[in-house]
Amino acid sequence: MTELVKLGGDLASHYNQWITVFLMVSGLYIVIARGNMVKKLVGLSLFQTSVYLLYLSAGKILGGTAPIIDPAFTVYSHPLPHVLILTAIVVGVATLAVGLALVVRINEAYGTIEEDDIFEQDDNRP
Amino acid sequence: MRLDVILRVVTKFILPFMMVFAIYVQFHGDYSAGGGFQAGVIAAATVILYALIYGLTAAKRIVTATMVEAMIPLGVLIYAGVGVVGWLTGSNFLDYSHLAHDQVHGQEWGVFLVEAGVFVTVSATMVAIFYAFAGRGRR
Amino acid sequence: MLTLIAVTTIGIVRVRNLFAVAVLTSIYSFLMASVMLVLDAVDVALTEASVGAGIGTVLLLGTLYLTKTEEARPVHSVALPLFVAVGTAAILIWGVSATPPFGAADSPVQLAGPDYIQRSIAETGIANVVSSVLASYRGFDTLGETVVIFTAGIAILMLLKRAAPPGAGGKD
Repeated sequence: MTELVKLGGDLASHYNQWITVFLMVSGLYIVIARGNMVKKLVGLSLFQTSVYLLYLSAGKILGGTAPIIDPAFTVYSHPLPHVLILTAIVVGVATLAVGLALVVRINEAYGTIEEDDIFEQDDNRP
Repeated sequence: MRLDVILRVVTKFILPFMMVFAIYVQFHGDYSAGGGFQAGVIAAATVILYALIYGLTAAKRIVTATMVEAMIPLGVLIYAGVGVVGWLTGSNFLDYSHLAHDQVHGQEWGVFLVEAGVFVTVSATMVAIFYAFAGRGRR
Repeated sequence: MLTLIAVTTIGIVRVRNLFAVAVLTSIYSFLMASVMLVLDAVDVALTEASVGAGIGTVLLLGTLYLTKTEEARPVHSVALPLFVAVGTAAILIWGVSATPPFGAADSPVQLAGPDYIQRSIAETGIANVVSSVLASYRGFDTLGETVVIFTAGIAILMLLKRAAPPGAGGKD
C-alpha cells in the first residue's frame, strides 16, 4: 500500500515530465514510422515542443509568479529557461519553414512526398 | 476568398489593432510580456492576414518584396552594430553600459535598440517566408 | 490541460489526412501556450500562441496546398519504431524519476534565478527580467538566434524564389 502511495506521489510531482516524455516519444515515433515528409516535420516539432515543456517545468516555482518585477511579489519563476525557450520557438518555426520549403522542392522534383516512392524512383533511375 | 464581404470588412477592422498591438508589445516589452520576437511575429501576421484576404499582389504593393528582403539583413546589422558601438565606447562587445551618460540608461538604450533589430529581422523573415510559399504556384 | 495535450498528440499520430494534422497542430500549440501561461512563462506563451498557432499553421497549410493532403498508408511494420519509442520512453521515465519534484524552490535549477531578478532593476532598469536577460545578459546568444533566423530566411528565398523548373522531373 505504501508503495502505491509513493508511486502516486511520484506521478503527481513528476506529471509534467511524464507528459514531456510522452510528447517526445510520440515525435520520435512519427519521425521513424511515417514516410510522409510533412508528417515527419510535424513529428520533429512535437519533439521540439516537448523540450520547451521540460525547460519551463524546471523553471517554475510553486507559489511564484511571472518574472516581471513588482513590489507586490517576492517569489518569481526562473527567467533563464523562458529566455532560452522564447528564442528556441522562433528559431524552431524558422527551421520548420526551411524543412517545408525543402519538401515543396522535393515534391516538384519527384512528384511525391512519400519517402518510399522517392527511394523507388531513385533505384529505378539508370 | 476575395469576394467574401464579411471577411474583407472584418479584416479591415482588425488590421490596425493588430499593428498597434505589435507596436505595444515591442515598446512595452520592458515592463510587461513582450519583446522583439513576439512583436515581429505579430507584425508579420498582420501582413500575412492582409495577403490572405486581399491577395498576394495587393499585399506586395504595400510591403514590397524588395523592402522585406532588405529588412532581413538590416535587423542583424542593427543588432551587431549596437554591439560594435559598445566596443567603440570602451566596453565589451554587446555591453551597453557606456551607450548613455550612466550605466542604467545605457542598458535601457542598448536593450531597446537590440530589440528593434530583432523585430526588423523576425518580421521581415516571416513575411519573406510567407511570400516565398504563397508566390509558388502549384504544379 | 496536459492530458488534453496528450490526447491531441495521439490525434496527430493517428490521423492520416494532413489537413486535419495541421488543424490539430494548431490546437496543440494553443494548448501548449495555455500550459506555458500556467507555468508563469508569459513571454513564452505569447510567442508560442503567435508563432506556433499562427505562422506555423499558415506555413503548414501553404505547404499542403503546394503538395499533397493525404498521407499514404504505412507499408512498413510499426513494430520496430514502436519498440524504439517505448524503449526510449522507459529510459527517460527512469531518468525523470530522479529529478527534483515539480515546482520545488530549492531545486538546483533555481540557483541562478534570484540573482538575475535582484540585479535586473539595479543594473538595467528593466522590470521584465526576461527582456533584460534576453537582450543584455545573454545578448550574444540572442545575436546568434537572430543570425539563425536570418540564415533560415535566406535559405528559403534561395529554395523557393526561383521559378519552378519547366521540365517535369527536372532538378533545378
